[in-house]
Amino acid sequence: MKYLKTAVCAAALTVFATSVFARDLVMNANTSDPAQKQAMEDLIADFEAAYPEIDVKFNLYDHEAFKVAMRNFLTSDAPDLITWNAGNRMKVFVELDLLEDVSDVWASEGLAEKMPAVLTASSVDGKQYAVPYAYYAWGFYYRKDLFEKAGITKTPETWDELLEVGAKLNAAGITPVTIGSKELWPTAGWFDFLNMRVNGGEFHAQLMDGKVAYTDDRVKAVFQKWGELVNSDFFIDNHPAYSFQEALPFMNQGDAAMYLLAPFIVSMFPEDVRAQVEWFPFPIIDPAVGIWEDAPTDAFMIPKNAKNKEDARLFLAFAAQADVQTKTAGTLDMLPPNVNASVKDDRFAQGGFAQLGKASGIMQFYDRDTDPALAKVGMEGFQEFMQNPDRLDQILERIEAERARIYGAL
Amino acid sequence: MTDSQTMSDDRPRKTGTFFRRNKLAIMPLVFIAPAFAMFSLFVIWPIIQSVGLSFVEWQGIGPKTWVGLDNYRELLGDQVFWTSLVNNLYWLALFLLAPVMGLFIALFLNQNVFGIRLVKSLFFFPFVVSQIVVGMIFAWFYDPAFGLLATLLKPLGIGIPAILADENWATFGIIAAGLWPQTAYCMILYLTGLNSVNPEVIEAARLDGAKGWRLLVKIVLPQLRAATFIALVVTVIGALRSFDLVAVMTSGGPYNSSNVLAYYMYDNAISRYRMGYASAIATILFLIMDVYIAWFLMRLLRNEKGAR
Repeated sequence: MKYLKTAVCAAALTVFATSVFARDLVMNANTSDPAQKQAMEDLIADFEAAYPEIDVKFNLYDHEAFKVAMRNFLTSDAPDLITWNAGNRMKVFVELDLLEDVSDVWASEGLAEKMPAVLTASSVDGKQYAVPYAYYAWGFYYRKDLFEKAGITKTPETWDELLEVGAKLNAAGITPVTIGSKELWPTAGWFDFLNMRVNGGEFHAQLMDGKVAYTDDRVKAVFQKWGELVNSDFFIDNHPAYSFQEALPFMNQGDAAMYLLAPFIVSMFPEDVRAQVEWFPFPIIDPAVGIWEDAPTDAFMIPKNAKNKEDARLFLAFAAQADVQTKTAGTLDMLPPNVNASVKDDRFAQGGFAQLGKASGIMQFYDRDTDPALAKVGMEGFQEFMQNPDRLDQILERIEAERARIYGAL
Repeated sequence: MTDSQTMSDDRPRKTGTFFRRNKLAIMPLVFIAPAFAMFSLFVIWPIIQSVGLSFVEWQGIGPKTWVGLDNYRELLGDQVFWTSLVNNLYWLALFLLAPVMGLFIALFLNQNVFGIRLVKSLFFFPFVVSQIVVGMIFAWFYDPAFGLLATLLKPLGIGIPAILADENWATFGIIAAGLWPQTAYCMILYLTGLNSVNPEVIEAARLDGAKGWRLLVKIVLPQLRAATFIALVVTVIGALRSFDLVAVMTSGGPYNSSNVLAYYMYDNAISRYRMGYASAIATILFLIMDVYIAWFLMRLLRNEKGAR
C-alpha cells in the first residue's frame, strides 16, 4: 500500500515536472535543401546543448509549401519561431500584425552595431522584427578552364569586357551563359543587376516600391542592354525548358561557361567541375552609378501568436552570436551578418563578402522586394523578352498594367 | 400516395402517429439526410463561399475588400485568361482522340492468342502510373538537349523545336502526354465492352455479308454505346480538370502560353496571393463545367427513363 502511494506520487511528480520544467520551443522552417537542413539541425543541437531545459520541436517544410502553410499557421496555431526572408516579404506580415517586435533583442544584444548590413532589411518603421542568420551575394560562377580555352585571361569588369568575353566564348564554340528560366526567378537576377548597374540602387528601390512606371525610358534602357546580350547569343537556347538545376549540366559538360546565381549552386557542382569554378561580381556598366548588390537575407522571426516568446527570444539572441553565425553560415556556404563572425575560407564566400563590403547598398531580390503578383507578371515578361526581344513594348505595357493595378496610377 | 392509403386502410387501425402516417414520405428523407449534410458541408457550401470570394479582394489573410464585379471585369481584359480558355478548348478537342484511339487498340487487342493478357496489361500500364510521373517522363523525353526525342531525331537530320520551351508547341506537348494514359483508360473501357458484345449477332451479320468497316459501324459500335458514353464522360472531365500535367511539365509557361484555367486559378491563389481573382476564375470554370454536367445529367435521366 505504501509502495503504491509512492508510485502514484512519483508518477504525479513526473507529470508535474515535465509540464513545468521541459520548455517546448516549436520552430517551423523552410530550410529544406540538404545544406540548409544540416545547418539548422546543427544550430538547434548547439542551442539545446546550451539550454538543456529547452526542447526544440523542429518542423521542416519544402520552400513552396512553406509559403502556403505559413499563411495558415501564423493566424491559427502559430509556432514559436519561423524562418523567413527579411525585407519586403517580412513587411507584408508585419503590416498584418502577425510578427512580434523584437527590437528588445536587438537592443540587449547590441545587434545594430554587430549586424549593420542587415539592419534595414530587418526593420519596419524603425522597429526590428527579425534576426538574420545568413545572407549571400549574387554573382557570376564561371569555369576557369573554359575561359582559358577561349583565350580569356581576365574576368570582365566593364560592360564592354563582358561583351568581349561573350564574343570570345562564342568563337570557341562555348555558350557564354547558362540559365534555366522554367521557374522564372533566375531571370530576375539579370534584371536586378542590369537595373542597379544602369540606373542605380535608389531608382531600383523606387521601381520595386511601385513608384516608377515600367514604361519609363530608364527601364527601357535596361532592356536595351539586356537585348545586346540576347542578340549576341549570350544565353543557352530553350532555357524555358529547364529549372535552375537542369541548366547546370551545360556548364558541367563544358557547353556553357558562366551562370549568374547565388552560393547555393556551389554544392551542386560535381567535385571535378567545382575545382574549376571561380566567382566574379557583376561588371560595372556606368562608372558614375554606385555599386549595388542583391544580397537576400534569411532570418528568424517570432509570430505574434507564439506561445513561448521568452525562449524564442533566447534562441534569437543565441543565433545572433558571432561563433554561432560563423558555423551556420559556413555550412550554408553563405555569409554571416554578424561582423565579428568569420567568413568561410573559400573563394566563393570570400569573393562575395569582399564585393558586399564595397557595395553602396544592398537589395533583397526582385521577387522579395516587390509585390508577389507584380513579381510573377514581371518575371514572365523577362522570360518572354529573353525569347522574343522584339516584343519589348507590349511586355512592358503588361507589367506596367499590373503595377498600376497594385500601386495605383502615377 | 393512393397505394399507401389503401395499404393503411387494409390494416387494423392503430394509433396512427404522425411518423407512421407519413412513413413513406419521411423515410427516404431520413436516409438521404446524412449524405446530403456531408454534401452540403463539403461541396455546396465551399462553392457558395468560393463564388462569394470572387467579389472581394483578399490575399488569403487579413481584411477582405468588397470590389463587386471588378474581378470579372479584369478577367475580360486579361490576356492570360483568354489564352488559358483557348488552351482548355484545345484540351477538350484533342482529348476526344483518346476514345477513338482507345477503341482501335481495344479492337486490335481483342483476340485470343498466347500472352494477350500480358500485352493488354502492358497497354493499360500508363493509366496505373501517376500523372506526375507521366509528366516528368514526357518532360525528359522532350528535353531539347538530352532528351530521347532529340537524341533519336538529330542523327536523322530532323530538327524539332524545343517542345516545352516553345510558346506554339508547349500545350500540344502536354496534351500528347495526357493522351497516353487517357487512351489506355478508354481502351480498357472498350475491352470490357467488347466482352459483352453478343457473338451471335456478329455471326448473323457475317452471314448476311457484313464485314470490315460496315460490321464495325453498324453492328459492333451500337453494342458498345454504354462504353462510348462512359469513355466520353471521363475524357471530357479529364480534359477540363487538366492541371497536374501542366503543373509538372511547364507550370503554365513559357510565359503562360500553356496555361489552363485550373492552373491559372491555382497560380493566382497560391503564388500571387489573389484569392478573389482566383475565385472568379474558379467560378467561370465552374459555369463552363455546368453546361457539360447538365447535358450529362439530362442524358442519364433520359436513359434511366428509357430503361424503365
